[in-house]
Amino acid sequence: MSIIDAERSREAKYKLHVIDCDIHPAMTSWQEIHPYLEKRWIDHLTVYGSHLRHAFSEALSHPRMSPDAARVDAYPEEGGPPGSSLDLMRKQHLDSNGVETGMLIPLRWNPGSQRNLDFGVALTRAMNIWQVERWVTQEPRLRASVLVAQEDTVGAVAEIDARGGDKNFTQILILPRTDEPIGRRRYWPIFEAAVRNNLPITIHVGGTGGHPSTAGGWSSYYMEEHHMVAQAMQGALASLVFEGVFERFPKLRVVIMEGGLGWIPSFMARMDKHWNRLRSEVPQVKRPPSEYVREHVWFTTQPMEEPGSAAALLDLFDRIGWDRLLFATDYPHWDFDDPRTAFKANLSEAQRHQLLYGNARIFYGFDA
Amino acid sequence: MTRHVVATVNQIPPGERMLATVGGREIGIFNISGEYFAVGNRCPHNGASLCKGRIVGLVEASEPGSYQFSRRGEILRCPWHGWEFDLRTGKSWCEPDRTRVRSYDLKIEPGETLAAEGTLVAETFPVSIEKQYVVVEV
Repeated sequence: MSIIDAERSREAKYKLHVIDCDIHPAMTSWQEIHPYLEKRWIDHLTVYGSHLRHAFSEALSHPRMSPDAARVDAYPEEGGPPGSSLDLMRKQHLDSNGVETGMLIPLRWNPGSQRNLDFGVALTRAMNIWQVERWVTQEPRLRASVLVAQEDTVGAVAEIDARGGDKNFTQILILPRTDEPIGRRRYWPIFEAAVRNNLPITIHVGGTGGHPSTAGGWSSYYMEEHHMVAQAMQGALASLVFEGVFERFPKLRVVIMEGGLGWIPSFMARMDKHWNRLRSEVPQVKRPPSEYVREHVWFTTQPMEEPGSAAALLDLFDRIGWDRLLFATDYPHWDFDDPRTAFKANLSEAQRHQLLYGNARIFYGFDA
Repeated sequence: MTRHVVATVNQIPPGERMLATVGGREIGIFNISGEYFAVGNRCPHNGASLCKGRIVGLVEASEPGSYQFSRRGEILRCPWHGWEFDLRTGKSWCEPDRTRVRSYDLKIEPGETLAAEGTLVAETFPVSIEKQYVVVEV
């Protein structure tokens, strides 16, 4: 049997039921957000434009492996960037990949990183309404994320409280490279609002937030930067644990999204080792750090690790905890994970269902 | 193995490609500067439709700071994760033995020859004697 035949027959063995925790919708242009922005901010956009905390406003620090960081096959025929066409998203992804529920994670325009905080807050409000009107009400399989301008805590909390209780929203989205490490007390009102509204905090990779692209400084290549998403997540996780955030907010739930998986067990083990020695520096951390991670933190699966052996992959899932893994595709981005082929291991039907569907159903509280 | 007529040579100009369905399989036919190649449409890594990928050349470096660019238009890059496949062999550049797409034997034959074979021709494609055809063996 050829490689192709083998792939085909494997695909036919199961019907897909998927909850996709990471779908990136796009605006066709800034004009699309105008109906949801006050005139004052439309004028601001026209006169001054958007400007992010990092240099090269509207640009990323390195050229992506493809324009828009997108799958080459995800450009809508009618024009506009990948992710801007609901029809194509349905046809190419939701329908054909068995997606029963999909979480929207809007990244571009990045309201949390706007240099002008008032504009950032206005943009979060506009983009939150935009997600509901442009996407969720048109396509009931989709759910929105509450965007917040985290550097203005008051504005962020007001926006969380405004969306709380609205079933169109499943989580609060923050990008990891905040002005200060995300566990610092200036951000605690956001965590308090998250718990008050029973919404998890989702930390999705995105941009440099004005910091160097890697812990070693500005790298030459995208390939270097692309590995460093894990550094940003490690920084976020260590900050949340050692600042005592999970002691202060015992009901807080966090999703680490698109940060890779391989580093997680060793990072937890290393935190525990250092806690044994240095605990008195952080007396607010009353238990081994890994216990907080296991209780409070979930991880999305994309980009799935390909360690070269199925046994190594299964061991990784064992060590992170199968119930902590939430499936994600990253559609329409280039490092998309296909639910049929992403896991390079023979999973049992129950294991596959747990990863693709069951865990997210429980985590987000969807009815069966 | 059966031979299938999939196109006339004029239907796939140099630098262009065509997706053919032969015996239930999707096969991409590529014209590289007048040479034709056929590979399966399914990326062996994660299943993307390979034939939607970009066609590029091969960039190599003998040492940091210098590069060689060769094989213009002979490398097919997967539209999802960017795996590079050699259109001449179907092998991926990074894992040539482990990750490769099926490549198919392909010949250009005159309508005259094909018409003489009879049964082959009627199957998929009306063939006229004066044209040149792309024939894939599956």
